[in-house]
Amino acid sequence: MQRTTAFGLACLALGLVSVSLLAIDGRALADEDAPTGEDELAPLVEGEERLGGPASVVVGGQNAFSYPARVLTAKERRVFAVGNAFFKDNWVMAPASAVGRDGLGPFFNARSCSGCHLRDGRGRPLEEGETASAGLLIRLGIPGEKGDLPHPIYGGQLQEYAIHGVSAEASFAIRLEALPGKYADGVPYELQAPHYEITDPAFGPLGDDVRIGARVAQQLIGLGLLEAIPEATLIALADPEDSDGDGISGRAHMVQSVRHGRPMIGRFGWKATQPTVEEQVAGAFVNDMGITSPLHRNEVVTATEAKRIEYVSGGSPEMTETKLNRVTFYSQTIAVPARRNVADPVVRRGKWVFDDIGCAACHVSELRTGDEHAIEAYRNAVIRPYTDLLLHDMGEALADQKHDGDSTPREWRTPPLWGIGLFADVSGHTRYLHDGRARNLAEAVLWHGGEGESSRDRFKRLSKRDRDALIAFLDSL
Amino acid sequence: MADKEDRSTSRLGASVLALSRAWPDLKRVPMRSIRSCLRLVVAIGVALVLFVTLVRTTPAADEADDADLRRQVVSNYAELAHAGYAQSHASAVTLQERINAFLKAPSAETLSAAKSAWIAGRQVYLRTETFRFYSGPIDRPSDGVETFVNAWPLDEAYIDAVEGDPDAGIINDPNQFPALEGDLLTILNERGGEANVAIGWHAIEFLLWGQDRDPNGPGTRPFTDFVAGKGRNADRRSAYLRAVSDLLVTHLARVAKAWEPEADNYRRAFVTAPSDDSLEKMLSGMAVLSAFEMSGERLAVPYETQDQEEEHSCFSDTTHLDFIANQAGIVAVWTGKGFGVAGVGLRDLARRVDADIAKDLDAQLAASLAATKAIPAPFDQAILGADDAPGRVALLATMEALEAQTESFAILADSLGFAIAISPGE
Ligand code: HEC
Ligand code: HEC
Repeated sequence: MQRTTAFGLACLALGLVSVSLLAIDGRALADEDAPTGEDELAPLVEGEERLGGPASVVVGGQNAFSYPARVLTAKERRVFAVGNAFFKDNWVMAPASAVGRDGLGPFFNARSCSGCHLRDGRGRPLEEGETASAGLLIRLGIPGEKGDLPHPIYGGQLQEYAIHGVSAEASFAIRLEALPGKYADGVPYELQAPHYEITDPAFGPLGDDVRIGARVAQQLIGLGLLEAIPEATLIALADPEDSDGDGISGRAHMVQSVRHGRPMIGRFGWKATQPTVEEQVAGAFVNDMGITSPLHRNEVVTATEAKRIEYVSGGSPEMTETKLNRVTFYSQTIAVPARRNVADPVVRRGKWVFDDIGCAACHVSELRTGDEHAIEAYRNAVIRPYTDLLLHDMGEALADQKHDGDSTPREWRTPPLWGIGLFADVSGHTRYLHDGRARNLAEAVLWHGGEGESSRDRFKRLSKRDRDALIAFLDSL
Repeated sequence: MADKEDRSTSRLGASVLALSRAWPDLKRVPMRSIRSCLRLVVAIGVALVLFVTLVRTTPAADEADDADLRRQVVSNYAELAHAGYAQSHASAVTLQERINAFLKAPSAETLSAAKSAWIAGRQVYLRTETFRFYSGPIDRPSDGVETFVNAWPLDEAYIDAVEGDPDAGIINDPNQFPALEGDLLTILNERGGEANVAIGWHAIEFLLWGQDRDPNGPGTRPFTDFVAGKGRNADRRSAYLRAVSDLLVTHLARVAKAWEPEADNYRRAFVTAPSDDSLEKMLSGMAVLSAFEMSGERLAVPYETQDQEEEHSCFSDTTHLDFIANQAGIVAVWTGKGFGVAGVGLRDLARRVDADIAKDLDAQLAASLAATKAIPAPFDQAILGADDAPGRVALLATMEALEAQTESFAILADSLGFAIAISPGE
């Protein structure tokens, strides 16, 4: 009862009380912001725990993000295993006796995909005082006419390692700034804003017009399913002019496909800069590890750097089409762990709140795949990724300096929320958002601004009990 | 399970039928007729008795048997796991003793004694791998040790010098790592990538054997690598080897303890949990080991890449034995017999719920074991050549046999009333 009174007072003070609603239900106050039914629970939906539809598995623990989709055939599981091996194994400098895996560098961020996506999980951001990343990288650029151009000396990404005899491009360090805040009920919290500094540039100063952006490695579950969502579905979800006036105006990020040679909707990466898993993977090989492939035949070495270093190539290209296919298939078919505790009343309450305060406007809970994806079992499936794959303006606080492709620094792709409750198990941390700045799920929500501001504010006005319920729901994903 | 439910429903149906047949009689019978009344009473009585005996008593007894059997299977599994890890721990202690003896007096003989202890210990450990893959004591996130004990594949250059790079590895980097102690090496394990393995069985294997550069045999690291004044950084290499063998003992002791009887530990939770939860774990472990670990990582990868480096126990060239030991562990859970324990196995339960799949599995598990035994040594030669080379034929047959048993595990899970991470096929 006390809560109701407190609610009432708060709402009165805000002048938002709706008397008619009070008359209908004296027990729960309601306005457009606060949740209505105080005890309402989301209905249990048949199969809702199977987030990944055909790619769901009931697993937990450290390897929760390492299972192949349950629907794979025995033969496909073998391909998956081979892709996994190239994903995990370290690549080495050429020439080497391991001819299948040489060609690392000359510059690189890690020796293997798993160096950042450890156990296919979310990378950890830098801590203050640390100099080596475990899954965070820095994108670089300078202003261009339409979107950023690569940095003239250092290229599009800072590589903090190099092979023997070559100096690494630079190092970087992080400084953290505390940002205190309060929930509506007075409970205090403190966010932590990261600031990056690039140190020891080896090939000359970065210049004043350099633009930088930090990105952590994402969890790699269910990506083939995201790829299988028809473009038409995403375009239907988009509302670039906010014509329905709900304050949310997602838009598809059109990017040029290297493989298909035409504009396609970007789906992958924090800014939806890659249209397919294959292109994301080939990009990772060349940008993060210095491994060329049929899609990217040139090392990412700028003209300035090329004049000052010497290195041996591991082949032209260094990775075969077959290997690229294997790693792509692997990255497409990692299973999505099923939700836990779906029937728990607290979780169901949290799910109800999630819908009620507008989270689902971007984190779309249910989508259907189309009938064209190369993996047959992924076609025409109902999935629950909690994303619309669209770019949203998330406000100034989340913005960095980068204009990737056609996006602004404030725009981010809604990330899928499946698997976010398992980071602690898989990756041993609970860091969220594009640079890992949020130290827990509540902080992730509190950072939402821009199009996400109204739903963030409603989150801040929730009772403690409902905030906890919302977090319990996110944790069940 | 589905079968049984059907049966009890039809029993219930029969009793309801019996009752409803009695009602029309009631309507026709004049209420004064004592005989009819009696008939009615008898009919109701009979129906009630039918109802009570068929619906309540008989299925309940059935269910009690079934539940009891499930509990016994689970509790014998706990017994197997404890015996397995206790033996594995003991074999690691032997290895540790031999390594200490070797480091005290390095010679070809003491090195070879350490190597035999490694091979013996490795076989015991591999038999316990069926106890993985469900966040049990070996691999649970809180304090699991799997990545400390068994991480693989391993990038040799992360630990020590390799051909062409004499400066490589933690051992040859005294500036960054002045003291090589267990705690540090544990932190360094898998730092910066999953192949950056610093500790565990395969790290010890690499230190004892060295890189495998000989197509016909294992690695041939000279014992002098551990003799101060002869091997470069020999003292650091010795300290490293000592530290990793100590860690192995500590880690395996921890797992064995979690399975100890009569203690407030994982085992207690495992045997008191609803039996089906524990059965699901058992079957998941068997299926994931068969399909993902054995058939996938350890067979399909070297089969496709034909790359020596992808061989599981590449330094010692004992890979062919690995598959036999893995399969032996799976068979032990199936039969309930192994590690010196003899009790009720999953097979006994399978025979009760789905006799067909029990029969299939008996045959498939035997076929897989035979297939693993048919893989010719050395493994790194068996992967080479065209697809009709005898080695590759044997490898493919093993993969297929393991895949077949996996699908059956999934079908059995279905019959038992739950699902595991692999679908039971179309
Ligand atoms: C240096 C760290 C690093 C390495 C190494 C790395 N990644 Fe990534 N990965 C990232 C980051 C950061 C992102 C997000 C990129 C972005 O926002 O543009 C990402 C994103 C991805 C995505 C898209 C995920 C999504 O949800 O959109 C895939 C797929 C992927 N990586 C696969 C790979 C593969 C395969 C490799 C090895 C070839 C690899 N990565 C190596 C850091 C890394
Ligand atoms: C306007 C669209 C939008 C709305 C509404 C929205 N989100 Fe988000 N959400 C995003 C975007 C975009 C990001 C990524 C931002 C970033 O990384 O900087 C994100 C990130 C997150 C993350 C972190 C995910 C990760 O992988 O690190 C969580 C958790 C989350 N949102 C939960 C919520 C909840 C709960 C609500 C409702 C209170 C909500 N979001 C409302 C768009 C939205």
